[in-house]
Amino acid sequence: MVSDVADSDPPDGRPVGRRAFLGLVAGGLTSLVWGGAAMDVAGKSTMLVPEGLRAAIPFGQGWRIYAVNPPYPRLDPATWRLRIDGLVARPMALTYADLLRLPRARQTSDFHCVTGWSVDDVRWTGVRFSDLLAAARPLPSARALTFISAEDPYVDSLTLKQAMAPDAMLAHAMDDEPLTRPHGAPVRVVMPQMYGYKGVKWLNRITVTDRAVDGYWQQRGYDRDAYVEGSNGR
Amino acid sequence: MAGDARAAATGTAGAHAPARPARPRVGHVGADAATVHRFGSTERLLHAAHGSAFMVMLATGLVLYLPFLAQTVSARPLMKAVHLVAAVAWLGALALTALLGDRRALRQTRRDLERFDADDRLWLARRLPSRKAPGMRLPVSAVGSIPQGRFNAGQKVHSVVQAALSVLFVVSGTLLWLGERNTDLRLPGTLALHDMAMLVGSVLVAGHVYMALGPEHRPSLEGITKGTVPAGYAATHHPKWTPSPTDPGPSSPSGLGRRALAVIVVVIALGAAVLLVRDIYGGDDGPRQPTVPVTHLTTPGPV
Repeated sequence: MVSDVADSDPPDGRPVGRRAFLGLVAGGLTSLVWGGAAMDVAGKSTMLVPEGLRAAIPFGQGWRIYAVNPPYPRLDPATWRLRIDGLVARPMALTYADLLRLPRARQTSDFHCVTGWSVDDVRWTGVRFSDLLAAARPLPSARALTFISAEDPYVDSLTLKQAMAPDAMLAHAMDDEPLTRPHGAPVRVVMPQMYGYKGVKWLNRITVTDRAVDGYWQQRGYDRDAYVEGSNGR
Repeated sequence: MAGDARAAATGTAGAHAPARPARPRVGHVGADAATVHRFGSTERLLHAAHGSAFMVMLATGLVLYLPFLAQTVSARPLMKAVHLVAAVAWLGALALTALLGDRRALRQTRRDLERFDADDRLWLARRLPSRKAPGMRLPVSAVGSIPQGRFNAGQKVHSVVQAALSVLFVVSGTLLWLGERNTDLRLPGTLALHDMAMLVGSVLVAGHVYMALGPEHRPSLEGITKGTVPAGYAATHHPKWTPSPTDPGPSSPSGLGRRALAVIVVVIALGAAVLLVRDIYGGDDGPRQPTVPVTHLTTPGPV
């Protein structure tokens, strides 16, 4: 069998490699369509391994935590204050204890990063923005919230309408534990319908404005309304 | 297939011990001191550029992407800048090598790599686990008895797959880069493709480095560092290859047109690198603070 083929070979062989190259490229490119589903399955299967180990798996559902101005801010809940100012009848500064006394909301939602990774089924505990802003009483001209992070110069904004989404919140706990420093302790914005960069971490100030302002990433060309919707293989 | 493997197991395992005496055919100056030309400076530069770019992009890519490294280092902008500049430098180096290098040598190497004959198919078939003894592979000495040309079939397969991976890396990487800004370009499988290319590429590179550093093939390492290998090594491992004792050199020096193109490539690459870095760090002229009207920040009243 082999010798039959050999008889038909030119002296230095046949350019099989070129065809294999083109086939591999073409086959690889088809994964642009099916790769997301495959990775979703692979990523979900990694949920079976402990989180510590999962953090070493490239396609695993682990958090990749970035900072624009490392190291992460270190905020002491005892002295930290959340200032709420701008277009409000009563500007205020909430302590961590004040925040914990507000009506508590819980949800389980997926987290999507604009760089492509996701973590499914994150359990958040926090405060809905309607409850958070009730005491400060936004003025009739208020249209948006600007979230200012302790990680200078990170800011982002949501319109009031977006912030009133049923699954938007200011979270102070994740997976039933108080928020850790890498995740934005003591509080962070959670907006599951949008990519993660809209969720400002290490929050220390909310300014109520008459329009949404450009956040850190929007100043760098990223979408202002970063809805996940059908993108990211979901 | 099974017959091939059986023949290999019974017929060749003992026939050629690893310490088979060298029989140099070319450049036989005296004993084993003779060397033959294997890779010219163009191919060696191409290999160095390709290999170092892979390593830099693998390291920065893992920091960007492996959860525990991303949390430890967290300097995403820096890692992203290095990753993207390395990609530009890599593509620029490939283009420059093709424009200014020894094109005759590159064509010959490509030809040597992409052509497979019956011996290559047999060589590959015998690398597969034998059906008679699952999990058992034939010793290298048995496989080595199948005469190979300038590259053995494994090296050819490796090069073909790596070439395809390069294209897939560039396509998926470009889409990842564009998709961060414009989520319409975030195709479902972009990240999966970049991931798979990384995983397959890393396994292949690990194997490649292991083989290159392994004692049996140590002499071949000189081929990619110095350009020559011992004549005896060539005769033993690549008997169907007829090497020349010295580098024949480029057929013709690169002309004015190609040198002009090379200058353009350098300008484009430098420009792209600068733009990418400015893009990642936002430049110095962009607004750094939110444009919140000042009056809103200084509302009087009890705090």
